[in-house]
Amino acid sequence: MELTHYLVLAAILFAIGAATVLLRRNAIIVFMGVELMLNATNLAFVTFARMHGDVTGQVLAFFVMVVAAAEVVVGLAIIVSIFRTRRSASVDDVNLLKS
Amino acid sequence: MTMLLPALPAASGLPAATDVVAVSEIVPDVFRAAPLLVLLPLLGAAVLLLAGRRSDRWGAWFGVLMSGAAFVVGVVLFLAMLGLPADERVVDHHLFDWIVAGGLDLAVGLRIDPLSLTFVLLVTFVGTLIHVYAVAYMAHDRDRRRFFAYLNLFVAAMLVLVLADSYLLLFVGWEGVGLASYLLIGFWNHHRPYAVAAKKAFVMNRVGDIGLIVALMLMFATFGAVDFTTVFAEAPAASTALLTATSLALLLAACGKSAQFPLQAWLGDAMAGPTPVSALIHAATMVTAGVYLVVRSAPIFEGAPTAQLVVVIVGAVTLLFGAIVGCAKDDIKKALAASTMSQIGYMILAAGLGPIGYAFAIFHLVTHGFFKAGMFLGAGSVMHGMDDQVDMRRFGGLARYMKVTWITFMAGWLAILGIPPFSGFWSKDKIIEAAFVPVDGEPWRAWVFGGVALLGAGITAFYMSRLFFMTFSGRRRWNDGGGSLDGLGSQDGPVRHPHESPRLMTWPMIVLAVGSVALGGLLAAGSRFVTWLEPVTGHAEHAEPVLPVWALMTLTLVLVLAGAALAWREYAMASVPVRAPRGSALTRAARRDLYQDDVNEAVFMRPGQYLTRSLVYADKEMVDGGWMGLAGLVGRVGEWLRGWQNGYVRSYGATMLGGLVVVAAVVLALTTGSAS
Repeated sequence: MELTHYLVLAAILFAIGAATVLLRRNAIIVFMGVELMLNATNLAFVTFARMHGDVTGQVLAFFVMVVAAAEVVVGLAIIVSIFRTRRSASVDDVNLLKS
Repeated sequence: MTMLLPALPAASGLPAATDVVAVSEIVPDVFRAAPLLVLLPLLGAAVLLLAGRRSDRWGAWFGVLMSGAAFVVGVVLFLAMLGLPADERVVDHHLFDWIVAGGLDLAVGLRIDPLSLTFVLLVTFVGTLIHVYAVAYMAHDRDRRRFFAYLNLFVAAMLVLVLADSYLLLFVGWEGVGLASYLLIGFWNHHRPYAVAAKKAFVMNRVGDIGLIVALMLMFATFGAVDFTTVFAEAPAASTALLTATSLALLLAACGKSAQFPLQAWLGDAMAGPTPVSALIHAATMVTAGVYLVVRSAPIFEGAPTAQLVVVIVGAVTLLFGAIVGCAKDDIKKALAASTMSQIGYMILAAGLGPIGYAFAIFHLVTHGFFKAGMFLGAGSVMHGMDDQVDMRRFGGLARYMKVTWITFMAGWLAILGIPPFSGFWSKDKIIEAAFVPVDGEPWRAWVFGGVALLGAGITAFYMSRLFFMTFSGRRRWNDGGGSLDGLGSQDGPVRHPHESPRLMTWPMIVLAVGSVALGGLLAAGSRFVTWLEPVTGHAEHAEPVLPVWALMTLTLVLVLAGAALAWREYAMASVPVRAPRGSALTRAARRDLYQDDVNEAVFMRPGQYLTRSLVYADKEMVDGGWMGLAGLVGRVGEWLRGWQNGYVRSYGATMLGGLVVVAAVVLALTTGSAS
């Protein structure tokens, strides 16, 4: 199997994730989009590691996973906290910082 | 000055040889005292201004003392000067280095020579007398001390002006007298017209000062120096065009300070100041500074015959101008001011004639200083007795009530008329004579300027007699409070009780009157004064006027007597209406100073105001508008950018993504571009 196909898949997944982040209002779904983008990147990393026979890409993928796990914890906590105070999980309702 | 006269024979160019040896050894030490001349009055002004109300009680006499002390120093210097042989009578006293900058190396020094000493004696002597007079005249003024501080400041500044050994130091004194004059004209500045008059004098003087500044620049550019010694030594070598330009600039300065045409308009209004000020500053001393400047700058003027002609023309025009205005004024002080203008016209005319005129210009300046100051003090005395009335149509028959004032005023009147043997005769006749001396190649000059000078003498006789008769002779035109009125319209107006002034006021008048009677003859005898000034003005060859001297003298006297007789018929024999009649067109014009104010307003003031208003408008609209527009643009851009911060996370995300894509695209383009 051609390794390039993995890269194409990673790009497609990344695009889906980005579109989710930009288009959906629900914070949980937006979050899932972010996760999708991160994991698309991971896929690209390991693919390149395989292509070049260099483990640095795999190491970085692990780093991304760790960071993503931490980010999920913090992010979900914020979302829950906002949901509790504002009774809404829509990102468009959280716009108090505008001019 | 009168007390010095016994010593004068030594000035006639034949000092005894033994005296010279004895005196010349101590002379350097004596002249070292010269700075005291300036410092004493300056100290007086400083003390009186700084001590404030504490010095109210003794301030006036302290001012008198300082001025008198300066006079004593002046006398000592004068006696020392007489001890020197004529060719050593120019003493430059170096004080300290002032400006050492590149090409300009200027020291502050005093030049003590016959010309400056003449001024020193005139200023300090007449000044001290007027100080004494003012002690009584200003007795009831709350601010008498401040008045004396200003008077002392004036004396100090005037002495700097005449003693300076460079044009720059002269300029310092020049500005100083301008300041003192401004402060004193506006001494009663709570009265608005007086404050306006002071401002007018100041502004018009500034116009003249520009001339002096331009002259300074030209001198520096031409000679690289502004001190008298260098400038006068190098002036003959300079080009005529440059000398003409410098001379005209100096003439402008002289016109401003001496109230000569076309900058004469301020002098009449300057009479708003207290009368001693009018006597000292606006008659006897400051206004003659222009004459001093022209005579002092003789080496420059002599290289520029065209400028000299302009000087003569200015003098002649002002002479007639002042005389005509003087004929119509009813305000005694303004009539005297017009007369001052006219008499200074004579001096400027003489100063423009060249070496034959310099000495007589200064001679007339000195005699005029005495008789005009005397008459101003007389006018002050009349005002004192008449509760500050200045309208001569409200005077009349005052001779009976103020004998001393009447007699001293008469001395001044006869002197200005030029009746022999009074002072004015000796000086004015000489100027008329000099004006009639033919100039090579231009025969018209002698006739035109001589004729103007002659005519001026006649008109002078008329208006001064008019003033004298309206005030002291004829019927009483003031309300004497009793029923026994013998004048027309004398029952209206406030009741007056004319009385002679106190001795402190009459004594200075008497001294000045003695000077008006005798000074001219004493100084003219054996041409003492001319010889005395020769170290500065140079020796003038005697030149014959186009008419014989006796004919000129007779003609002058006939014109003067005719003028006086006409005035006698009109203002002493006939009754003078209390309200001024409408008069002829010329009279009405003269009452308004020949429309000089209207001309100035139309030609300079209104266009000037229009110009400043346009400039303000342009500044607001174009300069300010430009910057304000730029600021507005920045603000509007900011407003537009602010719209991007809408608070929606997703739009921020889209922006970030867009930015990232752009950055990635640029990086890709660059790397592939550089790789290929």
